[in-house]
Amino acid sequence: MSVLVYIDTLSGSVSKAAMEAVYYGSKIGSTTVLTNGGIAADQLAVLGECGASKVLVNRAVTVDDASQVSKLVVAAVEATGADTVVMPLDLTGRAVAPRVSARLKAGLATGAVALPAGDGTIKVNVFSGKAFGNVSVKTAKKVITLTPNSLQIEKGGAAAAVEDFNAEVGGASITVKEVRKQEGDILLPEAELVVSAGRGLKGPENWGIVEDLAKALGAATACSRPVADIGWRPHHEHVGQTGVAIRPNLYIAAGISGAIQHLAGVNGSKVIVVINTDPEAPFFKAADYGVVGDAFEVLPKLTAEIEKFKAQN
Amino acid sequence: MKFLVCISKAPDTTSKIEFTDNNTKFNEAGVQYIVNPYDEWYALVRALELKESLGGDVTTITVGGAADDATIRKALAIGADNAVRVNADPKDAYFTAFQIAEYAKDKGFDMILCGKETINYNGSQVGGMIAELLNLPYVSLATKLEMNGSTATIDREMKGGVEVVEVNGPFVLSAAKGMAEQRIPNMRGIMAARTKPLEVVEPAACDDLTSFESYALPEAKGDCKYIDPDNMAELVSLLHNEAKVI
Repeated sequence: MSVLVYIDTLSGSVSKAAMEAVYYGSKIGSTTVLTNGGIAADQLAVLGECGASKVLVNRAVTVDDASQVSKLVVAAVEATGADTVVMPLDLTGRAVAPRVSARLKAGLATGAVALPAGDGTIKVNVFSGKAFGNVSVKTAKKVITLTPNSLQIEKGGAAAAVEDFNAEVGGASITVKEVRKQEGDILLPEAELVVSAGRGLKGPENWGIVEDLAKALGAATACSRPVADIGWRPHHEHVGQTGVAIRPNLYIAAGISGAIQHLAGVNGSKVIVVINTDPEAPFFKAADYGVVGDAFEVLPKLTAEIEKFKAQN
Repeated sequence: MKFLVCISKAPDTTSKIEFTDNNTKFNEAGVQYIVNPYDEWYALVRALELKESLGGDVTTITVGGAADDATIRKALAIGADNAVRVNADPKDAYFTAFQIAEYAKDKGFDMILCGKETINYNGSQVGGMIAELLNLPYVSLATKLEMNGSTATIDREMKGGVEVVEVNGPFVLSAAKGMAEQRIPNMRGIMAARTKPLEVVEPAACDDLTSFESYALPEAKGDCKYIDPDNMAELVSLLHNEAKVI
């Protein structure tokens, strides 16, 4: 099998979701990575370690116009003879993969959570994380987007050959006027550790105890829908059915009762810790570890213990 | 302006998710269907707001069987002017996108709006596919949309922040939370919806590219292990030694 993995880069570095897509591709077949934008030189080695045998770099096309990017990807598919295209299910993948699929008339499996099964079916998230579907792609060429945090990367590949790659992609149809960077270094959809809080925190002025724990852990912060709706926290932190769906290794939820719509966005998390004063909160049914207690007392204690643990390890 | 809003039915967000026929079919027994929230709350309502300020008309399009008419009437009750149903059970996202593109190609729509994904298949596929099939610009995950003449200014989610883009119509966009506030249909809208046109068109020939062979539910969680709120050292130890996540 010949695989083309398309990734973009943020500030020159390769995201964890992108590394996973490269690793996923290398487990299916011989993998060429296509990337555009200003990828940093040291990051090219990372792609080889994740399993890429070749890296094609395009410096002309920006990532903003899905039409141009999809033409670039299709040109690379034709140049490499790839039969499978893989992309991370990040914001770029959501825009580009459907266009590539329609352009190649190649079936698209969105949100894979595992490598293809022996019969070729691809396990994907459906019903907002409440179930899995096994998708059969009927076409010779296939497009797959990969849900972040779906597999463990075992690095160890050799350095990949790097080539420039250019293609005719037409003019841009979208003009970027402004980019507003979000605060914080850890992107929520890709975060391995997430600390989240809800209305139980009583007000935005109390979020310091959430941020302290997140900082001690090296985690991203998140919140429930009501908290984002009232304006206590920015909308991009809202996790759940209508917000961001996440599947970190560890999700710590404080002061969130666990409505079914919230669970839908987080129940892919490997381990869930719930802290709530109400022992009847439905979230405890979905939790691996529960603490019945007041977040205002429990969070600072947990932060102190995490700091102690980090100092020792 | 002429707006086309793609709407799909979806099980109510509180529906119990179960499968039948050896896990090959979604169990619809007792399931209440609603208009997919992203299609309704964000794409449709923003199109209605723009129509109310700029003039024009809003058409909804659905690929589905006659059983979908009830959810389509809901969209009409909220304020859509007319509705189209392509009379076919959608086999996959490409089939749906192809039917919508076939319908839209010669109708002169200024804007085609979709929700960012459905809450049952979460594919996020249809909007991008329509854009490709019609060779139009595609702005995904839009959270704000303003019009100035034929130029749209759109905020969209991008990795690590928000990007403000300009695009000239016609174009396709997918709507995420933030685009508009949910509207509840009033009695006048519900009565008016009964007399609004719901056009049924037959599908064009199209192969499906994918199929769902089976479904599975996640493994049941073990019992929650409770930890004394005064013993956070134990929780840290469990997260490190047992769960191995820190």
